[in-house]
Amino acid sequence: MTDKKLLMGNEAIALGAIEAGVQVVTGYPGTPSTEALETIARYANRCGIYTEWSSNEKVALETAVGAAYSGAKALVTMKQVGLNVASDPLMSLSYIGVKGALVLLVADDPGPHSSQTEQDTRVFGHFANIPVLDPATPQEAYELTKLAFELSHEFETPVILRTTTRVSHSCGDVEVEAGEPAPVEAVEEGFVKDRRWTIFPKLTAERHPWLESVQEKLSEHFSELNFNSVLGSGKIGIIASGVSALYVKEAVKTVRDFEKLFTLFRVGTVYPFPEKAVLSFLKGIDQLIVVEELDPYLEEQVLQLIGKFHLPVDVYGKKNGFFPVSGEYNVDIVTDSINRALVTCGESLRLSHASPAVSREKLPPLPIRAPTLCAGCMHRTVFYAFKQAAKQLKKEAQTDTIFSGDIGCYTLGNAYPLNMVDTCLCMGAGISLAGGLSRTNPKAKHVAFIGDSTFFHSGIPAVINAVYNGANITLAVLDNRTTAMTGHQPHPGVGVNVLGNTSKAIEIADVVKSCGVESVRTINTVDPDSLESCVKAAKEAMNFNGPSVLVFKGKCVGITKPDKYYKIKPETCTGCSFCIKELGCPALNLDGDKPVIQDNCSGCGLCAQICPSEAICIGGVKL
Amino acid sequence: MKYDILIAGVGGQGVVLASRLLALAAMKAGFHVSTAETIGMSQREGSVSSHIRIGDETSGSLIPIGQADLLLGLEPAETVRNLPFLKEGGKVLVNTHAIPPASRPPGSPEYDPAALLSFLCAYYPDIFCSDFTELADDVGTYRAANVAMLGAAAGARVLPFKEEILKEILDAEIPEKYRAVNDAAFERARKCIRFISDP
Ligand code: SF4
Ligand code: SF4
Repeated sequence: MTDKKLLMGNEAIALGAIEAGVQVVTGYPGTPSTEALETIARYANRCGIYTEWSSNEKVALETAVGAAYSGAKALVTMKQVGLNVASDPLMSLSYIGVKGALVLLVADDPGPHSSQTEQDTRVFGHFANIPVLDPATPQEAYELTKLAFELSHEFETPVILRTTTRVSHSCGDVEVEAGEPAPVEAVEEGFVKDRRWTIFPKLTAERHPWLESVQEKLSEHFSELNFNSVLGSGKIGIIASGVSALYVKEAVKTVRDFEKLFTLFRVGTVYPFPEKAVLSFLKGIDQLIVVEELDPYLEEQVLQLIGKFHLPVDVYGKKNGFFPVSGEYNVDIVTDSINRALVTCGESLRLSHASPAVSREKLPPLPIRAPTLCAGCMHRTVFYAFKQAAKQLKKEAQTDTIFSGDIGCYTLGNAYPLNMVDTCLCMGAGISLAGGLSRTNPKAKHVAFIGDSTFFHSGIPAVINAVYNGANITLAVLDNRTTAMTGHQPHPGVGVNVLGNTSKAIEIADVVKSCGVESVRTINTVDPDSLESCVKAAKEAMNFNGPSVLVFKGKCVGITKPDKYYKIKPETCTGCSFCIKELGCPALNLDGDKPVIQDNCSGCGLCAQICPSEAICIGGVKL
Repeated sequence: MKYDILIAGVGGQGVVLASRLLALAAMKAGFHVSTAETIGMSQREGSVSSHIRIGDETSGSLIPIGQADLLLGLEPAETVRNLPFLKEGGKVLVNTHAIPPASRPPGSPEYDPAALLSFLCAYYPDIFCSDFTELADDVGTYRAANVAMLGAAAGARVLPFKEEILKEILDAEIPEKYRAVNDAAFERARKCIRFISDP
């Protein structure tokens, strides 16, 4: 019996995992992967599934591995850059293999919409010798999740379920098993001691041939699966995977009887490459168009195959410039690129575009809605305080300040008019980067910003390094009590776990003290007159010789209800616009020649503290 | 059958809820459906749009340029921004209630809602314009502007399923505490538009 539900790709994966009998689920939040674990957590009690947000992806993977070694079925969720953090255990794990089952959900982000990279996890799977499944729709995500668990169990290998933003975050009608998810069976066997679980060079040497043989077996197995499917019977072949395959289908439909011109091959199991199936598809084809987002992964696989079997096929893809090598695809890009290939093929038919009544060029000028920190966000106060402190130091001692940012909401500190982020690389890197900068710019002050969740993710080793090697840096931890950017997940500093149960809260200030930082202070940013104390603390910390840490504690306005709002007294306001120009608070807007404060003010009071005319005051209590 | 709807607005206006309601109604009517939200880095104050693709076959979730059958604009500037997705002869419903951008970075053009509305009307003369925020505020809360626009779409008979289906979904999906006001906004907008489109 099945039911039809409207599900987001990530939710479909969650239901698939529960139906596959997953018992342990770990992960670190990261758009676009987050909702998979959150959905499972909703069913955790009912189904008896252990669920956790781990402190980072490496820890999440290792936790899941322990469960899988015991015969349990485990799932780990992360985004593509999270896989880099988890890659150390992953590379060894592929040699060792698993019992039970272990599936990694890794969400790629072509575009990228909210990521530092456009890396392609299909290639990572190839590199790590780990099978990769690449769904195109929420329905396929659901089905391939179940397949991933089966494969992992049968072949004793971890399996990667790779999605992209358009699968993870799109919603569609999904046929799922009827009824509410049922409790899963608990692990029967438990951990059995065996030398197999202890990686040694000798074991690696022994396991490597096994690892290679699994790749061959899987390639054979994949060739039989109908997740790799053929449509049409024309002499121009098109091969595609993931959501690109849907774009292709839609693009070619604009040609009548497209089945007679094209043969489409959709690859659902991308690594190990289903060689046999692709070979039989390539028979009778003399022109091949490869459509895929991000890396030319399929293209390279196909080129190898063509070389290996001396096939007379011309290939049109990224490598010879027919398709864009970066960015997210869509039907329009795919249409244009296929048309370019058709020209070179000598084919007279063209795929057609729909033509809009109004093209982009004809649009009148539109206001920019730039990403910005929320109205009343505590980060704005801290950034502004450091900006003031740096200005004062510049004036008093001609000292420059370099600000190293990190990944999270506070990356938005780079936005106009704050301009407070001079570097941003990856999670936790701001601290070590500041350390490096301090070696080569000893006259400047070095400030690193990091968020609370990121501090626990990968900030701590960098703090230890700064202490151990005596880096002259100031670390500002912006602790708003949540992992805000990915949707407000708790973290080890909050004292609540993923199920909402109380756990031990870890104090960031205590951690850095025990790491040996001598100058540590905690500053509350919630007071309506906190700016002055923040500036003072910032300056003192920056003048401290050696590593110093300031923990700024406030709240995320995304999850707390504001208790008051501010207003501008029009009779006192001189219209100097200083408040607007300095802060970039989205609640402050110019109305005619004087600013007004809008409904979204959450009452931080920052603007009131900087107005030179004292025209801003508490306007009342928010209901 | 294939019918593509695009909803455009600003973070906090309920774009995602509106698209979920339409998607559920489409499913109930027996179609395949696929939706995609496109949001920038900032969840608040930024441009938000949602693509809803309804049809007999599953397609990618993004509507290609020039193919949307219907554009529901919750705000004038965002409506214009997404206009290239609309096909020739497509239908447009616009909430005339403007939301000025949060901050004005250097180089950001002035926001002139009136000019944008007349631009819209020049290309799509049979456009439905109304202050749905005011209408919703009138019946209870400005927050129901998104549902009012769904009511207007139903009233204008531009949806590929019966309006009763959408009503059923509304009743099932909207939490009881907000149901009455949303129902009222839906009905008021539906009737207004029906009145205009059935002279
Ligand atoms: S308007 Fe002023 S008080 Fe209100 S959120 Fe913005 S900076 Fe804070
Ligand atoms: S800083 Fe004060 S005086 Fe100047 S525009 Fe803002 S509210 Fe008015």
